[in-house]
Amino acid sequence: MIDFRTAIRDALDQELARDDQVVLFGEDVAFAGGVFQATAGLLERHGDRVFDTPISELALAGAAFGAAVAGMRPVVEIMFGDFMTLVMDSLVNQAAKYWSLSNGQRSVPMVVRTTVGAGGRFGAIHSQNPANWLMSVPGLKLVAPAFPKDAGGLLVSSIRDDDPVLFLEHKRLYSVKGERSIEPAPLGKASIVKEGGDLTLVSVMVGVHHGLAAAESLREEGIGVEVVDLRTLRPWDVDTVLASVDKTKRLVVVDEGPRTGGWPADVLATVAEADLSGIVTMRRVTAPDEPLPYSPPLEDAFLPNPTTIAEAVREALGAEARSAR
Amino acid sequence: MGSPGYEFAVGGGSKSAMPSVSGQDAQTIGEARTWAPQTVEDPRKADLELYRALKRIRSFEELTRSLFQRGEVFGSVHLCIGQEAVSVGVCTAIEPPDLVAATYRGHGHALALGVDPAGLLAEMMGKTTGTCGGRAGSMNVIDLRHRLIGCFGIVGGSIAAATGAALALRRKGGVAVAFFGDGAMNQGYSYECLNLAKVQSLPVVYVCENNQYGEFTPYQAVTAGSILGRPASLDIPARQVDGNDVWAVRSAAVEALEAARKGDGPQFIEAMTYRFSDHGRGDPVRYRAPGEMEAWKARDPLLIARQWITRSHPESDTELFEIDAAVAAEIEEVRIAAAAAPPPDPAARIGEFSVPLDEGLR
Repeated sequence: MIDFRTAIRDALDQELARDDQVVLFGEDVAFAGGVFQATAGLLERHGDRVFDTPISELALAGAAFGAAVAGMRPVVEIMFGDFMTLVMDSLVNQAAKYWSLSNGQRSVPMVVRTTVGAGGRFGAIHSQNPANWLMSVPGLKLVAPAFPKDAGGLLVSSIRDDDPVLFLEHKRLYSVKGERSIEPAPLGKASIVKEGGDLTLVSVMVGVHHGLAAAESLREEGIGVEVVDLRTLRPWDVDTVLASVDKTKRLVVVDEGPRTGGWPADVLATVAEADLSGIVTMRRVTAPDEPLPYSPPLEDAFLPNPTTIAEAVREALGAEARSAR
Repeated sequence: MGSPGYEFAVGGGSKSAMPSVSGQDAQTIGEARTWAPQTVEDPRKADLELYRALKRIRSFEELTRSLFQRGEVFGSVHLCIGQEAVSVGVCTAIEPPDLVAATYRGHGHALALGVDPAGLLAEMMGKTTGTCGGRAGSMNVIDLRHRLIGCFGIVGGSIAAATGAALALRRKGGVAVAFFGDGAMNQGYSYECLNLAKVQSLPVVYVCENNQYGEFTPYQAVTAGSILGRPASLDIPARQVDGNDVWAVRSAAVEALEAARKGDGPQFIEAMTYRFSDHGRGDPVRYRAPGEMEAWKARDPLLIARQWITRSHPESDTELFEIDAAVAAEIEEVRIAAAAAPPPDPAARIGEFSVPLDEGLR
């Protein structure tokens, strides 16, 4: 058993050792080992291929892009996902389009690792998940693991992938323990983390853990929830979700981001367009459409949790029971 | 010129052509530039080749302008007429491992690097035979075979790309070159990347083409202090050159590239020049001071080059006219080839570059 941050560090360690084109840089990643300690010890093991940079996100992202175009496999750490606003030009306008614009001359094998997510009392500008901003960027891959073994395996695959990858690490997961794996795991493949026949619950990162807790309490009420961990948000695994919903006929998608324009809407729309027979109900559980508040009681009430998710599931099933009467 | 011998993939729309970790199966970049002056022993012939390079860009840009006005080149094009000596001076000084990041005003940079003019024109005409298959257009051309890692449509984007390329070149050998305008000096990229390049001592040469205007606004009106003061404040060696004198640019570039190559860290050149053409579509053309254009036209880079050659090599007059005729014939062939090329087939080509699930994982 290892914790999530160790899985990240082990994957980086393995890839730095395996391929000397891999470099790791960012603010305080080398000497200090990262503000979340996910890169501790890597400087000592890999020398100048792990280095500290100025607090210059524009330059970091641009340098990662340019280095990748010139043959390296850079991994850049952006301390908080909120700072992705400063990274987006290099990632969105340059890296994500390079393969297409160059007509296949080259893609851009860079990884941006960033710490995301709410629940840590970090306030509105250190708690966001940039996934929704970047879901509509063709050419970009978006990875969002929930468990240490997926964090390790998917980070290895992200580094070896020839496309730009945004790798999201939820700050509330760093201390979560689980199995260790740094074998490459396929991007774009979901995982069914709990089977159930009554309702499909889709989420990523912390939402998967909340979904599992909700499923456990619902099991005691005789409700079988199938929990699908997408693991990769772009491209997300349509086949696994459709197969599950085709079985359960009911879907709840959970995310701690704001409701409007969020990735859960894309999941619901895709399921709706698939014309599966007998679909009874589809719901989203998200945060409200307003900036996240700092105060602990407010932040707790703002975010989905196992209780509100279980209520949403009961409500979905209850609505169905009512409409059947 | 020999192969630079390091791994660059130049594939045909499939990532199977990407270099493997060991660098196997990768094609190399770099092709002989038969006109490049460093391949010519005789200094007189080298000077004539520099003139030919200037003339080719000028003629290509004039053709582009006429095709744009006739609606055969689309969207927006940014011509470098008047600024040719910066492209030619720098690009004839680079060596095989070096990489270049250029701007949306990048036709001159591309041609000076040896990019095929017929491909470049076809690109702007949206043809399959374009340098990027018609996917990029005028502003975003990439040609890795010719060491052009991109033309960047975001002001300052080239500064970032070259800084990153220099991270890779520091280990492999070679220097990255960024072209950008005076306007880019006021972008965050400029400050952040120059600082990063200095603290990391990266082999990069920053070439600021000061053409006096950021779009329609005189650079002095929007730029505090001086452009050279910025790199100077970071202890980056910086020099100003006459950007209309191809020999002056070339000699500054040789010096800067040499310094960067031997490990002296980033270098900065401010090349003073002037854009004779409009900025691009939507240019109100009311911003130039009276007499300013005429004064700069007296210092036209082609005129300066011709005068220098006539003075230094008086026996070369006939050859100058022969070069003019040869370039005119070449550009006419380019026009015919690009016009004759087929347009792309949407049914075959839309969806070609969607993110695949099963590729990219080795």
